[in-house]
Amino acid sequence: MKEKLEQIKAEALRQIEASDALEKLNEVRVNYLGKKGELTAVLKGMKDVAPEDRPKVGQLVNETREEIEKVLEASVKKMERAVREAKLKTEVIDVTLPAKKNNVGHRHPNTIALEEAERIFIGMGYEVVEGPDVEKDYYNFEALNIPADHPAKDEQDTFYITGDILLRTQTSSTQVHEMEKGKLPIRMIAPGRVFRADEVDATHSPSFHQIEGLVIDKNITFADLKGTLAEFARELFGEDTKVKFRPHHFPFTEPSAEMDVSCFKCGGKGCRFCKGEGWIEILGCGMVHPHVLEMSGIDPEQYTGFAFGVGLERIALLKYEIDDMRLLYENDIRFLKQF
Amino acid sequence: MNTALSWIKAYVPDLTCTDQEYMDAMTLTGTKVEGYTRLDKNLEKIVVGQIQKIEKHPDADKLIVCQVDIGKEVIQIVTGAPNVKEGDKVPVVLDGGKVAGGHDGGPLPEDGIKIKAGKLRGVPSNGMMCSIEELGSDRNFYPEAPEMGIYIFGDDAVVGSDAVEALGLHDTVFEYEITSNRVDCYSVIGIAREAAATFRKPFVLPEVTVKGNGENVEDYISVEVQDQELCPRYCARVCKNIKIGPSPKWMQRRLAASGIRPINNLVDITNYVMEEYGQPMHAYDLDTIAGHKIIVRRAKDGDVFRTLDGQDRKLDKDVLMICDAEKEVGLAGIMGGENSMITDHVNTVLFEAATFNGANIRKSAKRVGLRTDASGKFEKGLDPNSAEAAINRACQLIEEFGCGEVVSGMVDICGEMKEKVVLPFEPERYNKLLGTDVSEQEMLEIFKMLEVEYDAQKRTLTAPTFRQDLLRQCDIAEEVARFYGYDKIPTTLPTGEATTGKLPFKLRIEQKARDIAEYCGFSQGMCYSFESPKVFDKLLLAANDPARKAITIANPLGEDFSIMRTLSLNGMLTSLATNYNRRNKDVRLYELGNIYLPKALPLTELPEERMQFTLGMYGDCDFFDMKGVVEEFLESVGMQMHKRGAYDPKAGRNYLHPGRQANILYGDEVIGYLGEVHPEVCDNYDLKTRAYVAVIDIPAILPHATFDRKYEGIAKYPAVLRDISMVVPKAVMAGQIEAVIAQRGGKILEDYKLFDIYEGNQIKEGFKSMAYSITFRAKDRTLEEADVAGAMKKILNGLEGMGIELRS
Repeated sequence: MKEKLEQIKAEALRQIEASDALEKLNEVRVNYLGKKGELTAVLKGMKDVAPEDRPKVGQLVNETREEIEKVLEASVKKMERAVREAKLKTEVIDVTLPAKKNNVGHRHPNTIALEEAERIFIGMGYEVVEGPDVEKDYYNFEALNIPADHPAKDEQDTFYITGDILLRTQTSSTQVHEMEKGKLPIRMIAPGRVFRADEVDATHSPSFHQIEGLVIDKNITFADLKGTLAEFARELFGEDTKVKFRPHHFPFTEPSAEMDVSCFKCGGKGCRFCKGEGWIEILGCGMVHPHVLEMSGIDPEQYTGFAFGVGLERIALLKYEIDDMRLLYENDIRFLKQF
Repeated sequence: MNTALSWIKAYVPDLTCTDQEYMDAMTLTGTKVEGYTRLDKNLEKIVVGQIQKIEKHPDADKLIVCQVDIGKEVIQIVTGAPNVKEGDKVPVVLDGGKVAGGHDGGPLPEDGIKIKAGKLRGVPSNGMMCSIEELGSDRNFYPEAPEMGIYIFGDDAVVGSDAVEALGLHDTVFEYEITSNRVDCYSVIGIAREAAATFRKPFVLPEVTVKGNGENVEDYISVEVQDQELCPRYCARVCKNIKIGPSPKWMQRRLAASGIRPINNLVDITNYVMEEYGQPMHAYDLDTIAGHKIIVRRAKDGDVFRTLDGQDRKLDKDVLMICDAEKEVGLAGIMGGENSMITDHVNTVLFEAATFNGANIRKSAKRVGLRTDASGKFEKGLDPNSAEAAINRACQLIEEFGCGEVVSGMVDICGEMKEKVVLPFEPERYNKLLGTDVSEQEMLEIFKMLEVEYDAQKRTLTAPTFRQDLLRQCDIAEEVARFYGYDKIPTTLPTGEATTGKLPFKLRIEQKARDIAEYCGFSQGMCYSFESPKVFDKLLLAANDPARKAITIANPLGEDFSIMRTLSLNGMLTSLATNYNRRNKDVRLYELGNIYLPKALPLTELPEERMQFTLGMYGDCDFFDMKGVVEEFLESVGMQMHKRGAYDPKAGRNYLHPGRQANILYGDEVIGYLGEVHPEVCDNYDLKTRAYVAVIDIPAILPHATFDRKYEGIAKYPAVLRDISMVVPKAVMAGQIEAVIAQRGGKILEDYKLFDIYEGNQIKEGFKSMAYSITFRAKDRTLEEADVAGAMKKILNGLEGMGIELRS
């Protein structure tokens, strides 16, 4: 009996060894392990075995079956792997063929600059607020220390709707709305569209965007203004950006300044981009004029603050080296796609 | 404002610095230098030479051969210049030297022109005699230079000396940008005072003394100011026996460097004083002044006056005039009259130095349409004290130049002078505002340089009258900051109560709109807020369409920018057309921008500003692509479009295709619209393709939008699917069918989806074939056949009621 089983096993293993396809292995399985297979036949012949030997024979048969199954299983796996590998070899593609894109759209460069600024100031605890584009003279001028006869009113070439209603020339008008709410301290930025009667050309547009900033609290200093805007410049233009503050004049701040940043193309050595100066003018700022605080019902003896205004287009033009402002309003897809 | 550095140094004699140092330092104390030009740029090895002998060139008719004494030696120079003669002193460029430009006066080459010894038609020439143009200037600034030819020096020029020096060209002209608050700095003295303070050097004002001839000015002229408010001060002096001639070279050079052409001594003196003190002056021919009387009064409406440029100017009662006993002789502060103009034959001159109301001058100049150097200075509001200083300075110069006799005394009509501003000296306040620790002593040093007086006993500061910008403590703090140095102020961050950074809900919704639009392939455009009233016709709006009620700008840049938009479509269609006509394929754009809806016209209160999310596209796309974008967005801001959204094809929008448009409804509310652009509108925009637009009114969706989400358990029990196939009358819309399914499907209805729609051959006329797949599912159990059958029966009954036939 034992010899017979050994023989069956040897033959089965030989056939497994000789198989070159999965089907053939399956045949081996059927021939030896199947219901009508040779091992099953041996089991069926148990009735001829003496009862006391049956357990032993049974065990022998099972051992033989397990051994064949084990080898068969390994062979199947090996062959399956080989088949898969062969298939993979036929499926090679040219990975340099063009990508299938979703053709995602692009944000306007102004918006990219705006969102950068918002991210930076929100991170410093500022709230983003909005004010109206069509504005009362009071908010655009008078409450900002620019009374009726002030020359600055002429300088800004205002579009008027009526004697009292105009298109705001500066987002600074939002400062006043915010101060009038009477909630202190204030830390806000106000992005928005502004209007000035400039003919359209490469560097002018009758409509553009600004971001106004305003901080009012106890003990706010000019040093705080410098620190905050230096931080903003570093975040926006890079860690190595240096800033320079030059005295300037705005009716609604005193002292006032303009901020230059070190040229982000040449790092301040002087290049064509910064016209050899190494510095680029970026924004106007200053300590909120006490009269402006008074007009909006804030006691300048208790509170001080600073304000600043940045031109969004200016930042976008500088950051992306766009040489003609008209491109920002033409909406040519070949331009927009680049951002 | 342009000024030669040598002029500044006349008042700050100890000033020594390079041009770049000067520019940087002045800019950092607030007198912004825009740039500078070296007048001796590219002028090298140029000396004063004297022509000893002139001979004809042996081989050229138009050339001459000159022997020129250049001090150490005599050199031979061949020239074609027609104007030189023996004995003339001329600028000579030596071999290896440089000149700035060519003799034709064209644009100056960046590196100048090198001059080398050589031969002209065979005769050696060892240098070049130059014209004023070759020296980089022109006859406007050197009126004595000949029209064509070599510049010839006066007798006082020293042979062999530096010719550039002799011409006053070793100098640098700085261009300043003066801020509007610093009226005092629109003058050389004002800038010099800043320069002295910046470099901490002594400031030396010119000493002004007028001898006078002993006569009394009141015998020559009387002055009456009828409107003191518009003319706070009027000073008049008289000079007689005027001899018109050229002014001294140094004065001509200084004026030329400032961009003012020298004319004659009298004109040059008034211009010089205007530059020096920032105080405009006017000179009248006293013999033309009727009654020898000046009256300062307002004009009458409708008066016409001829200014000295020969133009007739229309006046009104707010224009201030200078008049004599009979007539108007000058437009106060703006320009004199032709009738009292100085001519070369003038004998007696009346000088006027006055202070006029700045705002009035500014408005008058605007209305009259004439802005001059003088009006530009007056409109800033001058210090009444400078009128007196300037008129005396002018008379002093008349005496110095010997070009006239000054009548003693001054007529001075002066209202009450403004009181000087006195402020308590509060050093700790300035430091607290600046965040600095500047010592009291340093502050006082700064004030001293700026002529802010300090009273140590009262501890007060008094601002000088020329500093009209020093009114409050913050103004004083700025002075401390400027001269302590903005760069030395520390950098800190605000302390105090912490605040939370916030982006308001509306802006978050807009951010989402940008994200979704871009995800769907739309790029962001930006359009102007103002446009042409013609857009209403281009968009085929009905005559009574409320959108035609637009706000008009009173002073627009032109009709094309004259109304505030009430619809966002024009900008979008214009942008699409721009792209189309530039042959850009498959363009998708979006815009987030306001429209402006007046509550009443003319405007009495601010209009409503409504943010519009506008999408537009053409190319490989259709109505349903656009509808998809709309729903992607609305669902992304938490709106339940499948439950509450609807599309009403009767949108009544003339600019859209009548059969391909819809209002977007949420509940019963219109929150926007979409559709294919009407072909006639496309034609009007020169857009020769089908285009699709959608507009979502952001304020309308704000009450419904939310970023809150609630998790609903993922279904545990199996779904049952039923397909229905129908023949539907064409007029029945998918929306109606879906409404029936939604209403009648009951609680177990999970979803439904149109999976086939067909019109054509196999379907009978007037019908279409539609097929829906409907999903049922219960949350708490496996559905029984009976549940589904019941629901389906209700649905089918409903559909049959609409004339729909079921296909087996």
